[in-house]
Amino acid sequence: MGLFRCIIVSKMGQTYTLLELEEKANTIREDIIRMLERAGSGHSAGPLGLADIFTALYFAVLRHDPKKPDWEDRDILLLSNGHCVPVRYAAMAEAGYFPKAELLTLRKFGSRLQGHPERLRLPGLENTSGPLGSGLSQGCGIALGLRMNKQLHRHVYVTLGDGELDEGNVWEAAMLAPKYGLNNVTAIVDRNNIQIDGPTETVMPLEDLKKKWQSFGWHVLEIDGNDIDAVIDACAMAKAITEKPVCIIAYTIPGKGVDFMEYDFRWHGVPPNHEQAVKALHELRTLGGKIRGEHE
Amino acid sequence: MADLHLVDINSTLEMAATRAGFGSGLKKAGELDVNVVAACADLTGSVKMDAFAAAFPDRFIEIGIGEQNLVTVGAGLALMGKIPFVSSYAAFSPGRNWEQIKTTICLNDVPVKIVGAHAGLYTGADGATHQMLEDIALMRVLPGMVVMAPCDSVEAEKMTLAMAKDSRPNYIRVAREATPIITTAETPFKIGKAYVFSEGKDVTIISTGTMTAPALEAAEGLYKDGIDAEVIHVPTIKPLDEATILKSVRKTGCVVTVEEAQVNGGLGGAIAELLGENYPVPMKRIGMQDHFGESGTPEELLEYFGLDAKHIRMAAHHVHEMKQ
Repeated sequence: MGLFRCIIVSKMGQTYTLLELEEKANTIREDIIRMLERAGSGHSAGPLGLADIFTALYFAVLRHDPKKPDWEDRDILLLSNGHCVPVRYAAMAEAGYFPKAELLTLRKFGSRLQGHPERLRLPGLENTSGPLGSGLSQGCGIALGLRMNKQLHRHVYVTLGDGELDEGNVWEAAMLAPKYGLNNVTAIVDRNNIQIDGPTETVMPLEDLKKKWQSFGWHVLEIDGNDIDAVIDACAMAKAITEKPVCIIAYTIPGKGVDFMEYDFRWHGVPPNHEQAVKALHELRTLGGKIRGEHE
Repeated sequence: MADLHLVDINSTLEMAATRAGFGSGLKKAGELDVNVVAACADLTGSVKMDAFAAAFPDRFIEIGIGEQNLVTVGAGLALMGKIPFVSSYAAFSPGRNWEQIKTTICLNDVPVKIVGAHAGLYTGADGATHQMLEDIALMRVLPGMVVMAPCDSVEAEKMTLAMAKDSRPNYIRVAREATPIITTAETPFKIGKAYVFSEGKDVTIISTGTMTAPALEAAEGLYKDGIDAEVIHVPTIKPLDEATILKSVRKTGCVVTVEEAQVNGGLGGAIAELLGENYPVPMKRIGMQDHFGESGTPEELLEYFGLDAKHIRMAAHHVHEMKQ
């Protein structure tokens, strides 16, 4: 019932019910599976886990215009965890930045959809990333630039992976933002607890992660990152909190939506093969068996 | 050469550090363009950003000791239309943050101006960790990066003003110690252009940065030895002014390169690549020969590692003999 009652008004004036946004997230997940299967390489778990966050960002949170990617009043979304770019490409195509058919060119020669995102190749990308740890500091530079340009209506969002927090560059930026009171930048940490070599707490423990960010001078919000409504609420709160920059620790399920990928770190850096993709798409299409699929 | 308005190398030369020329250039660039901003990694006075910071406190960012943050914050500022000059000691930037420079500045194609201070052997007593000799090689391999080394403080100021108007990523290396001033306000400077500072017909000496003064001194000595040396100052190592260099080498038939950096991948490497593909001739590369430096005065180190006028003169004799 709640799904139908909850009306979301995006920054761009469109209205969606929460159910509609959840359907969009599901479509984005299906596109991620199709893209990765066709590409034959790439990361599965992170993008699937981030689908709800990117749906919230592109359809409710961000000031942006898919028909005018360089709109001078747009918000800035930086993907610091560049390996998760399939979710951004899928969300951008869903939002109308480019035709959906182009998604299947991911990682192919001549494609604008490079394996890791390149700003100059695809309008709508704000930064080039892949090597980890540099997104938040670029976000701080952008936030400083916006302040100098007196464009305080624009906001900077930076998504980071949790494994990425092993990088020292992240914490250099984490010190800088509170120093300059950068309340126009919001960090969104994808806390899915996995990285390539295993669970984050085995590879390099991050906890107490909330206290770490707090002690660096950030206001921390902890949310269910697979709850679109919670993501939208947290982003609104992040803009309302002006005395400190805000870090949203978004707990997500890696591989979310595909039963055999969920929680399994081995799906961090590999794509599904054809058989696995068919199985994954069936599951997504039937919402985990809750509804009958069209081809059953 | 009269049209270059150079100082007579045989006169008493005034001394100033190239970093000081950068500092005055930065302040002037800030006065000319409100979009010029600066960021520093806890070395504001040392890298001579203090005048800019005092004049434009709202356009100066103190990063603290974090060189990865330094260049990536710079990339972000540039994405918002700023022209950021980011500076630390060259040993740390670009010494420590090469990948960030590649990804967030070069691949992103944003006009961040990286200023490597205390470059080369002139850092002297600080020793090998602080003597940045690999910066030219590190920056030269990055697609899109402009790599420069001024010969004196006067040129450093002009270079800084030119960088503020250049839309590409730039790297400039400047030195700590005072070095001879050999150019004047009237001496031309353009990014990407090499200048024939002294005409000759027997051997081409190609130098960059602070080594151009000793190269000119060596040419004076060679003249007494009966060898007419042409000295080409190369303030822009990349993109290289190939036409000026090839024209000279076709005339003289032998080459000595001189730099206060590793010859591997440095100016010596760049010239060897150019001539190897276009016009192979006898060649010697003066510079660091795959060695680290050590503590000492700049004069002691330059002599020990063979980077002074005497060694340039000997190398010129050597290639001149090889030619015959």
